[in-house]
Amino acid sequence: MNLTLKIWRQKNASDKGKMVDYKVTDISPDMSFLEMLDVLNEQLINKDEEPVAFDHDCREGICGMCSLYINGEAHGPDRGVTTCQLHMRMFKDGDTITIEPFRATAFPVVKDLIVDRTSFDRIQHAGGFISVNTSGNTIDANTIPINKHDADTAFDSATCIGCGACVASCKNSSAMLFVGAKVSQFALLPQGQIEATDRVLNMVKQMDDEGFGNCTNTGACEVECPKGISLKNIARMNSEYLKASLKG
Amino acid sequence: MALDSKIPKGPIKDKWTDYKNHIDLVNPANKRNIDVIIVGTGLAGGSAAATLAELGYNVKAFCFQDSPRRAHSIAAQGGINAAKNYQGDGDSTYRLFYDTVKGGDYRSREANVYRLAEVSANIIDQCVAQGVPFAREYGGLLDNRSFGGVLVSRTFYAAGQTGQQLLLGAYSAMNRQIGRGKIKMYNRHEMLDVVKVDGKARGIITRNLITGEVERHSAHAVVLGTGGYGNVFFLSTNAMGSNVTAAWKAHKRGAYFANPCYTQIHPTCIPVSGDHQSKLTLMSESLRNDGRIWVPKHMKDVEAIRNKTLQPKDIKEEDRDYYLERRYPAFGNLVPRDVASRAAKERCDAGFGVNATGEAVFLDFASAIQRYGKETAHVKGLNENDAALVKKLGQEVIKNKYGNLFQMYEKIVDQDPYNTPMMIYPAVHYTMGGVWVDYNLMTTVPGLYCIGEANFSDHGANRLGASALMQGLADGYFVLPYTIGDYLSDDIRTGPISTDSKEFEDAEKEVKKTLDFFVTNKGSHSVDYFHKKLGKIMWNKVGMARNVKGLTEAISEIKELRAEFWKDVKVPGTNEEYNEELAKAGRVADFLELGELFAKDALNREESCGGHFREDAVELDGEQKGEAKRDDENFAYVAAWEYKGEPSDAVLHKEELEFKDIELKQRSYK
Ligand SMILES: Cc1cc2nc3c(=O)[nH]c(=O)nc-3n(C[C@H](O)[C@H](O)[C@H](O)COP(=O)(O)OP(=O)(O)OC[C@H]3O[C@@H](n4cnc5c(N)ncnc54)[C@H](O)[C@@H]3O)c2cc1C
Ligand code: SF4
Ligand code: FES
Repeated sequence: MNLTLKIWRQKNASDKGKMVDYKVTDISPDMSFLEMLDVLNEQLINKDEEPVAFDHDCREGICGMCSLYINGEAHGPDRGVTTCQLHMRMFKDGDTITIEPFRATAFPVVKDLIVDRTSFDRIQHAGGFISVNTSGNTIDANTIPINKHDADTAFDSATCIGCGACVASCKNSSAMLFVGAKVSQFALLPQGQIEATDRVLNMVKQMDDEGFGNCTNTGACEVECPKGISLKNIARMNSEYLKASLKG
Repeated sequence: MALDSKIPKGPIKDKWTDYKNHIDLVNPANKRNIDVIIVGTGLAGGSAAATLAELGYNVKAFCFQDSPRRAHSIAAQGGINAAKNYQGDGDSTYRLFYDTVKGGDYRSREANVYRLAEVSANIIDQCVAQGVPFAREYGGLLDNRSFGGVLVSRTFYAAGQTGQQLLLGAYSAMNRQIGRGKIKMYNRHEMLDVVKVDGKARGIITRNLITGEVERHSAHAVVLGTGGYGNVFFLSTNAMGSNVTAAWKAHKRGAYFANPCYTQIHPTCIPVSGDHQSKLTLMSESLRNDGRIWVPKHMKDVEAIRNKTLQPKDIKEEDRDYYLERRYPAFGNLVPRDVASRAAKERCDAGFGVNATGEAVFLDFASAIQRYGKETAHVKGLNENDAALVKKLGQEVIKNKYGNLFQMYEKIVDQDPYNTPMMIYPAVHYTMGGVWVDYNLMTTVPGLYCIGEANFSDHGANRLGASALMQGLADGYFVLPYTIGDYLSDDIRTGPISTDSKEFEDAEKEVKKTLDFFVTNKGSHSVDYFHKKLGKIMWNKVGMARNVKGLTEAISEIKELRAEFWKDVKVPGTNEEYNEELAKAGRVADFLELGELFAKDALNREESCGGHFREDAVELDGEQKGEAKRDDENFAYVAAWEYKGEPSDAVLHKEELEFKDIELKQRSYK
């Protein structure tokens, strides 16, 4: 396949940045999208130009590092996958593909297509944990039986990879799907109950402080989420938040 | 220097308890005055950072990703072992110990493995308390499954995303300590050297990957939890950033590097499809619980499949060769990884590979779908003879167990594994070799520790499935916190360590010199060009099967390639910015040195053990004909290499392995 790429180039956080056109040829439909970018970068290096910076690591859809905004969609046109799992067979010979970073105030650009998502970490520092001592001297695991349905639902929430596609695809840059997923995981498990009030209040406060917008129930996040995290998590977080606020 | 493994005296079952009863403790008030650097925030580093911070030490943690949550451990799929005997199928500490030592082909240290088995049960308790959502049975209790090389069901799991959930557990424990200010986290920082002062590890040199700034960090002890070096093969199941740099720099500073050639080749990966490929994808071994592995019995069927004139599912039962079930009736499809990998290679070398490149075998779920479908129909009182219904019900069960893996396969290969068997082939996966450590997990450099995949300790020549996660968490949560305290108890009066010393200055200068070299070299080939070349040499000559001729050639080819790299590598951009090519250049430079030592170690080991198959060491007759032949008389040792400049000058030290509690036996899975 031969393709035209329109790629956002930005030297660093303070640079203004602009779209630049590139051509790549001989792309195999079996390549992943990132392998296609590898081809482009190899070409650029050989021509003594600077390769395009993008984030990636596991290349199997689980680390949450890759983060491209492709043709106006976070992680591109395929559903339920990350950019690294997106394959070139989703495109046609001769296509023009636009590639941009995940844009949000709380995700400043580091370089080209790389953004800084440490605001997600700071939300977790505020309460994304269960306060248990790491000594191993806890009770036997099977003394905390958990209904299979609850365990499975908690797991579904816990599969969020922290990629930020939900933020990037939201017109308000809201992080509610991400935060909702974490709050839900613990809200559904008996171990998480004791700190439930503080957890949701602190995490939501930090989320607001980081400059994420509010949820207006558009649902774009759920559509673009590579892990199928559902809007129910936002509803659960809202009810946890309400419960917590009433308790004070 | 003579190697002292510091294995405590006494009966194996009491060693760890006795040890803990007699170590020196650090008073909680003094812990506040002690700094510990932890490089790496995977399962090993993350759990260690959280626990040491919890104990009261000041922890500085480093990772090269943008968040600790993204460490490579996140990708582990299948599960984590623990001797809980929840299934009542006869599991025990001793049995886990036994399976691990046997599975590792008797090349691991008994005392370490016993301790690992002993603390394994605590890991599950700890993780459940942290909110890790393990799979549950309908009664609400934890579910288990089985992995290769064992006959009990001791693997705990969270669908096909166990590593993710365990890492998020460790990450959340870290977050709690970061929130409390006890851990200072340095994301996107790469460690480029260890600093020794008066012979002790007292700090590291790092590069901020965003600004390019080279920094000095001091501490009373340094812990490396930097993962494995499988990427020396270029293609592997490891994340793209996984590298040997930290371990290699430690080696250059005096830490012995043990068993570099012990690499695990995992039997169930998606086969290589073309030259463009940047990495290989693992299909969890847990699939072997339900999938049956086969190739056609007849060459004409192989050809028909390759030409696409015949569908695999149309090949009759009697025309299929379920070669693992045929060769190893006791373990069947659940033989350990080295055995399964070799058997696949044997069939493909004999011409029976089923894809275009001839390097793939089938992993077939059709009979499991039938079996589960019938069972479910029966339970639900539905018609067990309705083929379409049975298939549908069976597929649902399989989807519940392995859904995400099936989806991953379909995305990559563009075939639906519910309806046609998967194609798999062995790929480089895990490195059992690594930095040599004693029982305390300390390297040959005082104050420098190494945990998780980066050390060599517990797996011998072959790692059984689901035991790397176990080892990482055991090291970080339960072993290091004790052993490092014993060492640090001498440091309560040392006070803060200055970074102004000559040692820090020299180390920093050296690091900067290399960085400057790369960005000014203006050669003609990219870093990947060299990395791919190295990978080809490694896979072809130092891979699944090795011989003297190939290894000797590999050594000189790697040397040449290294010389060419230092002459001709091209790194665009500058040092004062985010520059991935520059980071890669440093990593590949280290791989080019490790690769040679790796081949040298393989050449030295004139036996077949674990994943290390020497073509000249094979059983010639008897029941074990054709199987790998170990040589306990001459090679029951850990090969620990001391750095002396060039890898070819490295000096071999032997830690003789003693087996007092387990009898060394020919490994049989028949
Ligand atoms: C696809 C896959 C599936 C697997 N499935 C299983 C399984 O089911 N069960 C099982 O038991 N094992 C499994 N394994 C193996 C297991 O995941 C790993 O062995 C284990 O997670 C390694 O953990 P670690 O903490 O030692 O290292 P890692 O998780 O690799 O962490 C390394 C850390 O070191 C940091 N680092 C490295 N170098 C530097 C440097 N120079 N400077 C700063 N930071 C650095 C990284 O940023 C990272 O934080 C699997 C492995 C793979 C690849
Ligand atoms: S909720 Fe979905 S889109 Fe948002 S960070 Fe998590 S995985 Fe990514
Ligand atoms: S690179 Fe890890 S999710 Fe894409």
